[in-house]
Amino acid sequence: MAKKKFVVGCFNDEAVLFPAVKKVRTAGYKIHDVYTPFAVHGLDHAMGLRETSLHTAGFIYGITGTTTAISCISWIFTKDWPLNIGGKPHFALPAWIPIMFELTVLFAAVGMVLTFLYLCQLAPFVKKHHFHARATDDLFVMAIECTDATNVDDLRAFLANNGAVETDYQIAEDGWWIGRYDKEEMPFESKQIVAA
Amino acid sequence: MHLKYESQLREPLVYGDKTYAQVTEDIVRPIEAKPTRLWYVGFYIAVALLMFGVYSVYREVTYGIGEWNLNKTVGWGWDITNFVWWVGIGHAGTLISAILLLFRQGWRTGVNRAAEAMTIFAVMCAGQFPIFHMGRVWMAFFVMPYPNTRGPLWVNFNSPLLWDVFAISTYFTVSLLFWYSGLIPDFATVRDRAFTKLRKRLYGIASFGWTGSTKHWQRHESLSLVLAGLSTPLVLSVHTIVSFDFATSVIPGWHTTIFPPYFVAGAIFSGFAMVQTLMIIVRKVFQMEDYVTIGHIEAMNKVIVLTGSIVGIAYLTELFMGWYSQNKYEGYTFWYSRAYLFSPYGWSYWGMMACNVLSPQIFWFRKMRRNVFVTFFMSVIVNIGMWFERFVIIVTSLYRDYLPSSWSVYYSPTIWEIGFYAGTFGLFFTCFFLFAKYFPVIAIAEIKYVLKTTGEGYKGKMGAIEEQKLEDFVHDHAHAH
Repeated sequence: MAKKKFVVGCFNDEAVLFPAVKKVRTAGYKIHDVYTPFAVHGLDHAMGLRETSLHTAGFIYGITGTTTAISCISWIFTKDWPLNIGGKPHFALPAWIPIMFELTVLFAAVGMVLTFLYLCQLAPFVKKHHFHARATDDLFVMAIECTDATNVDDLRAFLANNGAVETDYQIAEDGWWIGRYDKEEMPFESKQIVAA
Repeated sequence: MHLKYESQLREPLVYGDKTYAQVTEDIVRPIEAKPTRLWYVGFYIAVALLMFGVYSVYREVTYGIGEWNLNKTVGWGWDITNFVWWVGIGHAGTLISAILLLFRQGWRTGVNRAAEAMTIFAVMCAGQFPIFHMGRVWMAFFVMPYPNTRGPLWVNFNSPLLWDVFAISTYFTVSLLFWYSGLIPDFATVRDRAFTKLRKRLYGIASFGWTGSTKHWQRHESLSLVLAGLSTPLVLSVHTIVSFDFATSVIPGWHTTIFPPYFVAGAIFSGFAMVQTLMIIVRKVFQMEDYVTIGHIEAMNKVIVLTGSIVGIAYLTELFMGWYSQNKYEGYTFWYSRAYLFSPYGWSYWGMMACNVLSPQIFWFRKMRRNVFVTFFMSVIVNIGMWFERFVIIVTSLYRDYLPSSWSVYYSPTIWEIGFYAGTFGLFFTCFFLFAKYFPVIAIAEIKYVLKTTGEGYKGKMGAIEEQKLEDFVHDHAHAH
């Protein structure tokens, strides 16, 4: 995969991050992504991302489950092997509701999780470039993709002026690859073990 | 940017003036430190119990169900009692993570991770009992409906026992997915600060390459919300279906219409008690009193007194109906086999009443709700009581059936029945000890999300805002969007 150039700005407070996102966007820079340690509400809107349709997918998986249950059970109990249970109707819908419900939930949940993993390209053994190790700890890390016209020093100064506590210039792979996390540098290697 | 404000009247959910980095440090520290001696002692006891259980099950599989003391009328004994007990315990986790998420109960963030883990382990334990109760356990896969060479011979979709197969397996799967999807970002946190190669590698695999991208968080939020929405009716359905195992039969004491709500309330009751038992130990051992606060414990005790009282009302309703229906069989079951103290199993009924109905009433007192020792003691009492409840329902209804000539001798378990039960304790605690050591026991990302609203250090600053004049407040906080 092609390597790209990024200018990275790290913020330590979401209250500083929001105005910075707005200014960077108005200044015409393309925000590649913002990496945050937790879900910062409203950041997706600030960055101009569209709403996710994951829940719609969940609904479709759910009704697939319902349909699977009702069609399988009714075929089995009315066509393939009709059992006479005390002369009761073969098509016993009320008795099938529990299984229809369970399969609805099962299909929706499994389908949504798999879709989520697929859309986010998450899987075991997958490795991605991390712009800053503390992006999962306490830093809000904004990565801006450079074009040929980008002046890196200007951009770094611009970010610093808007509250970035740390800025950086990185050339990195954009996508994911199969890799191991213990092969990369160990920023916390010198850390002492703290007894519990 | 929204103003993060919460009234000072509400107790903080995170004590101390913490930063995001401190939250990470506090929660990940036990994973990075060597396990304490106490952890090893507990873990080995759990493994020993598990081994005893494995041997008990080995005997049951090799020599047959005759290894247990089930007899002519008591066809369900300790095994199904334990099954229902464990499933009930497995209800608190998803209730906390799903229903309380939809009800926007902020305090769930401190306990949801451990409660969900507990749910998963409890359901794993529960599943063992019906599977091994089948006797020929190597044919357990017959319960799955698939085109087969035996006819095809299909399962009975009209049977509550089959509904149970679907309910329990769906519940386990969905709880596991919900739990793990929440763990992915926290595994990434552990991975990114790991200072040993092995940890970096293993948490790297477990975190699926999570980066914390905004788009991923957006999808993650959507996923959590929908999974919560799906899990909410699921939680209620699972114990409802377990209660159908009894309620759709024609056994006196079982075929009552109040069983579903009564079982669900009982499940939440026992589940919360087990969460209390575990969290009180975890917060002490891992020094997490700042995150699992007295406020959390009090909130759960409120749920316990509510659900315990619902269960109490159900017991009394059953007794009333046993008399009011003027049905001889119902009357005999409720007023002789159960409520008469000197009948063979009267002791279990009154044990249940004392543990489940009377003793939780102590939680009407705020002092008691906020007392850690009382809470711990009560949580154990409640689970003993809830075990008695299932034992009472199953055994007192079965040991004297419609035909006096088949009335059984006094049913008491063999050592292998007890061993099987002890073994599931071993399984549960082995899993829980491993979880507590290797997993973030508190949802790190979720705590960070609520930190600036409900953290003690941040709430302190809210006082100034509350006293501000309206004009000044608007001036300070209004932005052009």
